[in-house]
Amino acid sequence: MNTLEVKGLSTHFFTRAGVVRAVEDVSFTVGRGKVMGLVGESGSGKTVTGFSVIGLVDAPGRIVSGEILFKGRNLVGMGEEELRDLRGNRIAMIFQDPMMTLNPVLRVDTQMIETVQAHQKVDRETARQRARDTLGMVGIPSPDERLKSYPHQFSGGMRQRVAIAIALLHQPDLIIADEPTTALDVTIQGQILAEVQKLAANTGTSLIWITHDLSVVAGLADDIAVMYAGRIVEQGSVDQVLDVPFHPYTHGLIGSVPSRNKRGVALRQIPGTTPSLMSLPPGCAFKTRCERADGACETMPALAELAPGRFARCVHPHLETLPA
Amino acid sequence: MLIYLLRRIMQSGFVLVAMSLLVFLGVYAVGDPIEILISPDADQIEKERAIQALGLDLPLWQQYLVFVGKALQGDLGRSFVFNEPAIQLILQRMPATLELAFGSMFLSILIGLPLGLYAGLRPNGAISKGIMAGSILGFSLPTFWVGLMLIMVFAVQLGWLPSTGRGDTAMLFGISWSFLTGDGLSHILLPAINLALFKISLVIRLTRAGVRETMLMDYVKFARAKGLSPFRVTFVHVFKNILIPVVTVVGLELGGTIAFSVVTESVFAWPGMGKLIIDSINVLDRPVIVAYLMMIVLMFIVINLLVDIVYTVLDPRVRLEAKA
Ligand SMILES: Nc1ncnc2c1ncn2[C@@H]1O[C@H](COP(=O)(O)OP(=O)(O)OP(=O)(O)O)[C@@H](O)[C@H]1O
Ligand code: SF4
Ligand SMILES: [Mg+2]
Repeated sequence: MNTLEVKGLSTHFFTRAGVVRAVEDVSFTVGRGKVMGLVGESGSGKTVTGFSVIGLVDAPGRIVSGEILFKGRNLVGMGEEELRDLRGNRIAMIFQDPMMTLNPVLRVDTQMIETVQAHQKVDRETARQRARDTLGMVGIPSPDERLKSYPHQFSGGMRQRVAIAIALLHQPDLIIADEPTTALDVTIQGQILAEVQKLAANTGTSLIWITHDLSVVAGLADDIAVMYAGRIVEQGSVDQVLDVPFHPYTHGLIGSVPSRNKRGVALRQIPGTTPSLMSLPPGCAFKTRCERADGACETMPALAELAPGRFARCVHPHLETLPA
Repeated sequence: MLIYLLRRIMQSGFVLVAMSLLVFLGVYAVGDPIEILISPDADQIEKERAIQALGLDLPLWQQYLVFVGKALQGDLGRSFVFNEPAIQLILQRMPATLELAFGSMFLSILIGLPLGLYAGLRPNGAISKGIMAGSILGFSLPTFWVGLMLIMVFAVQLGWLPSTGRGDTAMLFGISWSFLTGDGLSHILLPAINLALFKISLVIRLTRAGVRETMLMDYVKFARAKGLSPFRVTFVHVFKNILIPVVTVVGLELGGTIAFSVVTESVFAWPGMGKLIIDSINVLDRPVIVAYLMMIVLMFIVINLLVDIVYTVLDPRVRLEAKA
């Protein structure tokens, strides 16, 4: 059974200024032990997708339709108590900004032990030992001492390791990692990536890895979903999508040279800006920035399977780059 | 920590010196005490003698030094009215004012914190709106009017509570206190509520604002993502963070409460320092006025110091800066 199957997920924010369609008709699947990279520009709906999965979309936002099947159980409409049982236990999330994730007035041991005890009836000492071992596992030196520290006594990289350790405490089935390394410098990024990959492989944990950085996805993920203005515009295995992008947006991000050399290259900047999600005109959301746009793009294209396992939402996809 | 404390105490010393100068200039140099001290028909020689006896012939800076020298020995002059050392008069009245001030502070936290917390957690509920409307009344109704109304309703019409004096007192540390006897408690209740009114509103608004702000923080969302119970999220993660501003403000308000209990003490004939200073101003009993002002200054300084110390205990970030 797949760890996660998201089907037709739409999450909207009902603000005073209007409805923000942050996530619209998003579907994807993450198999056991697999890593799915979720990429897209700022504001494309990656974080909201993550929060939807873990059931933490706050008012004025709401999941308006769709199913989120976690090991076969639908999380949409599930009771708060049941969801809480899963959160931090079977599904964990690592947030975007490590400087803001830990509570500044609580010691690290408090914040770890409470997580252990929220899901397991163990005494404090056992919980503390688990916390210490997990800190050691994510590469924090002298974890016994560090447990007694407050978050501000850690660097950004160390804080993110603590957050990762907290996510790993219960060896969850799914970790949603929201750009966990973007705020860190490159060496530390590499270390953390390698460690997370190893851990995922060892424990069979599935990962949703949200990022701006294509090189990270290329090195880490099995599958990739590219989001634009709240919708998935391209989807498939990482190797294929990065080699032969179909959608003009993905194409623009990666560049036109179809080779593996572009691994390690960050997303290219595409001229223009994302349209406002509040008043999306009908048709393809990318049409204002797309070189191939024409009258046919005035109706929203469906996410179509253009090659086995390869989906794109475009009426004029770059099929010519397909190797014959 | 020790160095930090020493530094703070030294700063406090400077403030005390500066304030003593201001009080001295304000009360001694402005206006002529001779006019009040000596009968108008005294002759020139008598006047000269009195001026010399009071040291008023010395240059201003010497007068100040004499004043400080005596003040350091606890001598702030004798009351013209009671013919007792002014400082002693004040100290006699201080316990009554202190217990009134602490009583009202206690009430403001006891009532304000839960109401503010509720209003912060359910900002749109009808009850919350009622609480907030009530807090506006608490801010804007004049203290003396509310005091009179309290007397009218609870003392005169319902006859539940007494409206004047301290009632029975009991001794503790050689000082008599009202809060140690049932009768004394019934006497302190109305004036304490009266004095607390403003602070209750303040605590409600601070707590509500703090809760609303803190609830939006990433670390609260992360705490929820860990699967913690709403109770733990609210009372550990949120509460510990809002405690810092609330403690600071309530602590700083203590000085103001003591200083401005004047109105309440007058309305309820509460025999504290506030009533003493009003009486002394009426008869121009200068030594008592000076002694009162110096006591209040000293009290503000001590309170600020204590608030700072409590603050460092509550907020680990301040603790670190202090160490550095
Ligand atoms: N509480 C909210 N109220 C209104 N709109 C919101 C709210 N939260 C998110 N949005 C909107 O949803 C859209 C998607 O936001 P999201 O945070 O998912 O983007 P993202 O892809 O994670 O971007 P980034 O790379 O900058 O993190 C944005 O347009 C944002 O303005
Ligand atoms: S549908 Fe049209 S506008 Fe949209 S990406 Fe394809 S070609 Fe461009
Ligand atoms: Mg985001």
